[in-house]
Amino acid sequence: MTATTDVLPTDHPVELAHGHGDGGINTALLGMLLFIASEIMFFAGLFAAYFSVRAKYGSHWPALPEGVEFAINPLVIIATLILVSSSGVIQWGLWRIRKGDRRGLNRAFALTMLMGLTFLALQATDYVLLADEGISLNGSIFGSLFFTMTGFHGAHVLGGVIGIGIILSRGMTGQFSARNHVAVEAVSAYWHFVDVVWIFLFLTLYILR
Amino acid sequence: MATTALSPRAGAYPRSRVYEWLTTTDHKKIGIMYITSAYIFFLIGGLMALAIRTELAAPGTQFLNPDIFNQAFTMHGTTMVFFFVMPMLAGFANYIVPLQIGAADMAFPRINALSFWIIPVSALLLFSSFGLGGAAAGGWTSYTPLSEAKYAGIGQDFWLAGLLLNGVSSILGAINILATIFKLRAPGLTMLRLPIFVWTVLVTSVLLIFAVPVLASGLVMLFIDRNYGGAFFDPAAGGDTVLWQHVFWFFGHPEVYILILPAFGIISEVLPVFSRKPLFGYKAFVLATVSIGVLGFGVWAHHMFTTGAVFLPFFSITTFLISVPTGVKMFNWIATMWRGKLRFTTAMLFAVGFLASFLIGGLDGAFSASTPIDFALQDTYWIVSHLHYVLFGGSAFGIMAATYYWFPKMTGRFLDERLGKVQFVIMFVGAHLTFFPMHLLGISGMPRRIQDYAPNVGWQDLNLLATIGSYLIGFGTLVLLWNMFVALRGPRTAGDDPWDANTLEWATTSPPPSYNFDRLPEIRSERPLFDLKHGGAGHAPALPSGEGSQR
Repeated sequence: MTATTDVLPTDHPVELAHGHGDGGINTALLGMLLFIASEIMFFAGLFAAYFSVRAKYGSHWPALPEGVEFAINPLVIIATLILVSSSGVIQWGLWRIRKGDRRGLNRAFALTMLMGLTFLALQATDYVLLADEGISLNGSIFGSLFFTMTGFHGAHVLGGVIGIGIILSRGMTGQFSARNHVAVEAVSAYWHFVDVVWIFLFLTLYILR
Repeated sequence: MATTALSPRAGAYPRSRVYEWLTTTDHKKIGIMYITSAYIFFLIGGLMALAIRTELAAPGTQFLNPDIFNQAFTMHGTTMVFFFVMPMLAGFANYIVPLQIGAADMAFPRINALSFWIIPVSALLLFSSFGLGGAAAGGWTSYTPLSEAKYAGIGQDFWLAGLLLNGVSSILGAINILATIFKLRAPGLTMLRLPIFVWTVLVTSVLLIFAVPVLASGLVMLFIDRNYGGAFFDPAAGGDTVLWQHVFWFFGHPEVYILILPAFGIISEVLPVFSRKPLFGYKAFVLATVSIGVLGFGVWAHHMFTTGAVFLPFFSITTFLISVPTGVKMFNWIATMWRGKLRFTTAMLFAVGFLASFLIGGLDGAFSASTPIDFALQDTYWIVSHLHYVLFGGSAFGIMAATYYWFPKMTGRFLDERLGKVQFVIMFVGAHLTFFPMHLLGISGMPRRIQDYAPNVGWQDLNLLATIGSYLIGFGTLVLLWNMFVALRGPRTAGDDPWDANTLEWATTSPPPSYNFDRLPEIRSERPLFDLKHGGAGHAPALPSGEGSQR
């Protein structure tokens, strides 16, 4: 067999599944990044809808029913600060496990989870207050856009919190180490994505208007 | 012996074959399930097409009342795009890509199984609407306000939910394919040595990841409009009805390339093998594929010229521009065949049929890129003709070529070549008989999506011709099914490399073992198996006779 190279051990063909290239990005993390790319495009669709409707209204925005005013609630600012800083906390946890510090990872992820849940609670409160003021999904185009965009973002925060919960429960049984923590990398990348989407939502819906 | 010696099999678990197929994560089994289910959807969508053509054969209402007719053409288009061509190409990608890059499986085998099993579930959701108050009837594009709650029944909601689920399958599949191509290539297989089919699937997957989620956002907005009183597409409530068209076509135009690029890849595998030449201009072809992918996101509003809401010159120019890389490919293919040693197998015939038919479809597209012509032809049968020339003459012919080309690899058995040629002739004649008269009907003003037409407008003969053609296509499909049925009961005579081909999938047994390869040839070009057999690429020595693994 001069023409073929036995690059692979024939008694362990399964090892093929792990790929041949050394170095480069981990396969699972690459999968997560590609998934995040598709998620970005989903939100891009919603943002495109927002801006193309917004462009029609000029200064008559936000378009709401007669007598209804849209004002920024201080709760939202607090929620924003919490979510943005949670990105730092989760990143700190990631740095800890890269150094092999399991306890640091668990602490950081527990705190991030708490911050995510607080954000969701504040968002729910904000929804109730807005409903009292007469802003809802079905009352106006602004309401439709606002609740769809923030609602889908909230669902993604919930997804992130569940992911963080899974990491936390695995972390508490000591499943991660300095060498083996792909899932931690993937979940924190997802959490950063959720955070960045919120920054754009906050700027678009509350500041830019 | 014409078979490769394999490692001893691992002891098999005693479990039934049904259980094995239901729970498999093997990319080859999943690929075959994708392809099989896509052929079933081809039959369903095809029957709907025949029903449509039967109604249109003569003026007056003979076969379908207008309500059912609207459901039939809506579901025909939806089925063919989302449940025939997309899963079919996903199936071939699933089966072939890991083999062509020398991998043992996809990067995420369990997600792969999930992507497949979502398809039947989403189809069930979509088709159940027929029995639950009528299917969607607003065309496969489901333009608002026609698809809003005021005008469309519950079938529209099933349509939205079914496509949303179908999209999840596409996105997961695309992520899997990309991770596989980027991470699991065999040693020596650099990006510019990837087989062209892998390149086209790669670009298609990128398009899927960037386009399908945008459709998902549109589907969600329409669902909210219909069910929760949203105002997105309702001008009366402050929304914007043209917004739907923007969102739909921002997905819809890349989707066109999602449906055709893998077929380009198939043709680019088949033509070199049966011309006994390498693909002419490999790098130009790769570059053209990537440019189509990029430009594909800048042409969506050419579907909306007549709305008056888009900047015509920009989208007209980008549309003309995107025909350039497609033209490059046309030259690649023709130059590949030029002075080649041609073997007209069925796969090759379908590939050549693809070139002829797709060329007409592509030229139609260039005509429609010119705004004044588009204004005249918008929503006429010209458009129906154009899209069927590229989707049937293009994608479906590519799928037929792939079926004949890779069937021996998947089953170890040949499809009968004589029946195949009969099928090709019937389908080729049928396709042109069906779709060419539609050009003329369109120019003479026949609108698309109508159930009836007046007897005195002169559309009768051409419509009858198209109907006869569609029955020929249906008959050709029966020939294919018969061919498969007979072949699957026959002996395994194909051997490892029946076509004397170039790429790695032919360097293992037919069908391949669950782990695909015992050993891989040295990879020094995009044709590693050719190098192995014929000592190409400088210094890979020829295979000694007697102990060879291929011949």
